[in-house]
Amino acid sequence: MSTVKSSSTGHHHAHHYESADHEYQSSKQGVWLFLCTEILMFGGLFVGYAIFHHLFPETFKVGSKFTDVRYGATNTVVLLASSLSMALGIYYNQMRDKKKAVMALLFTLLCGVIFMVIKYLEYSHKIHLGLMPGDWYRGNPEELAHYVGGLEIPKNLPLYFSFYFMMTGLHGIHVLVGMGLITWVTIRTARGEFGPEYYTPVEGVGLFWHLVDLVWIYLFPLLYLVS
Amino acid sequence: MATATAHHENSNYLNHEKGLWSWLTTLDHKRIGLLYFITVALFFLVGGIFALLIRTELYSVGETIMTAEQYARVMTYHGAVMVFLVIIPGIPAFLGNFFLPIQIGAKDVAFPRLNLLSWYCLLLGAGIALTSLFFGGADTGWTFYTPYSIKHSPAVICMALGVFVAGFSSILTGLNFVVTTHKLRAPGMTMNRIPLFVWALYSTAIIQVLATPVLGITVLLLAAENIFGIGFFDPALGGDPVLFQHFFWFYSHPAVYIMILPAFGVISELITTFARKTIFGYTAIAYSSLAIAAVSFFVWGHHMFVSGQSEFAGIVFSFLTMLVGVPTAIKLFNWMATLYKGSINLSAPMLYALGFMFLFTIGGVTGIFLATIATDVHFHDTYFVVAHFHYVMVGGTLMSIMGRDLLLVPENVWSSLQRCLGTCFIRVHLRWLQRHVLSAVYSWIAGHAPSLLRLPA
Repeated sequence: MSTVKSSSTGHHHAHHYESADHEYQSSKQGVWLFLCTEILMFGGLFVGYAIFHHLFPETFKVGSKFTDVRYGATNTVVLLASSLSMALGIYYNQMRDKKKAVMALLFTLLCGVIFMVIKYLEYSHKIHLGLMPGDWYRGNPEELAHYVGGLEIPKNLPLYFSFYFMMTGLHGIHVLVGMGLITWVTIRTARGEFGPEYYTPVEGVGLFWHLVDLVWIYLFPLLYLVS
Repeated sequence: MATATAHHENSNYLNHEKGLWSWLTTLDHKRIGLLYFITVALFFLVGGIFALLIRTELYSVGETIMTAEQYARVMTYHGAVMVFLVIIPGIPAFLGNFFLPIQIGAKDVAFPRLNLLSWYCLLLGAGIALTSLFFGGADTGWTFYTPYSIKHSPAVICMALGVFVAGFSSILTGLNFVVTTHKLRAPGMTMNRIPLFVWALYSTAIIQVLATPVLGITVLLLAAENIFGIGFFDPALGGDPVLFQHFFWFYSHPAVYIMILPAFGVISELITTFARKTIFGYTAIAYSSLAIAAVSFFVWGHHMFVSGQSEFAGIVFSFLTMLVGVPTAIKLFNWMATLYKGSINLSAPMLYALGFMFLFTIGGVTGIFLATIATDVHFHDTYFVVAHFHYVMVGGTLMSIMGRDLLLVPENVWSSLQRCLGTCFIRVHLRWLQRHVLSAVYSWIAGHAPSLLRLPA
């Protein structure tokens, strides 16, 4: 695959594209298609959630009592802020403002770290109570009933935590992958590889990061606020 | 200077770089196509060996060469290898990679690196899936139906994760083809002028992008079910085993169109080439591919007529399933109209194309039997279904792959093949027609005892 050098920047667009813009538009379409696949993959979990929430509303109600809305809300704000800074990262790259772009991307990365730390605290709390998915569930009904103010603990409570861990787990993996990708574009930004003519990777990573954010926007009410 | 020019003139994608490493790191769509060809051919051999083992076991009543447990495993691997590693990548990833850019006047596919990555995903997925053999092998059948498949079996975990990774290969190839078709057509090559093979690949690619992620989450949940016992499919926790069937067929029914749509594209080309006529009804054939892709997402319930879904759902799915017959018949009639008054050259590739039309029609018409709820209740889980599927996949997809591949080899190879091909079709019939007729007749006679014909568990 040979490359063709663009007239004004250091970027070489691949030989099978007519121009840098042609390459940019095609890459963006590819990223959007990939996001479609992500939505469909999470879609399976959301469909499962809808079915079982319909069948066992009590299980989900009691299950959500074990989540801490403060943690969830903080994480929502953190991710929303990170989406803003991600968008700014793209904007400053377009403006060829390397310093601000790197700052914005590093802030995005920091938000990702904060999100994962809070996630870690939440997970430790649940694991401590034995609230694990399915077979790994070790919850003591009396202790748990005390925890949720005397509510009866449904027998299939492990099902709620299966959803909790599958959904937030898969989402968490996406956050980690997103953080890896942001690190990659931050390094490339710092090297001055992007400008108004070429910023495709930042834009693609940004789109991915917004989707990860968007999934969380749905997970938060479904898992934390459902009661 | 003269030698350099001469060297340049003889330089092509096969010899411009040499050595194994140049192949393993190639970004050339033709080379990646050939890598797929070699890989798929290898897996075809593996799946074929499993098929031969099945046939050998069935040679006589009772235990011939293996126990019932071993038979269940052999059947699982035959199905899983042939479906996920042969038929699905068979045409798009091999012929598609090779010809798509050429046919639309592009220099390469949109994302060459992604293209190579998808090949490695297939290899990695296959490797993980076949690792399950070291854990005693999966015996669930290629459909991994719950609750049998959620017994904490490491073999099923390997299979599920292998299918998950191989799914990436399919998604990335589909994504690549959609973008290539949209963005890289040569000037003047409008969507209404692209070859019908490209239309078929495009429709296939849409299914690959939209359906495969659902399989991804399904097998991921299956693996989690085996590791953590998450209970989505486990009645003990209020889960529902039938939900797995919904998830699975939401992918796997569109997936059979991933398997057959590219074959339609191939046949459109073979027929028009060897009838020496332009295709009849280009627009109808092109849009019928899209129609099949669209309808394919709404028919999955016909696999579940006896799984306890509601009667109303059954009726809707039955109707929608029969709807697929319309665009499919549009294709067949247009091919026949292309043959009409054509100057037909009965060369080997054309024999395959004509054979396709006969065999696929039998596969299609038996599909109507299966879409009809009243008959399907009797045919469900019998050899009738097995025969239907193999008429479509072997008589359809495989025949088209063979026919198209012949165009890649020198013409004198065909002529010797021409003579033995007739017997080849007879063999396909002997193997599968007996299943159709016998199982149908038996069902008729046995009335309420179709269980006589049930497949071995």
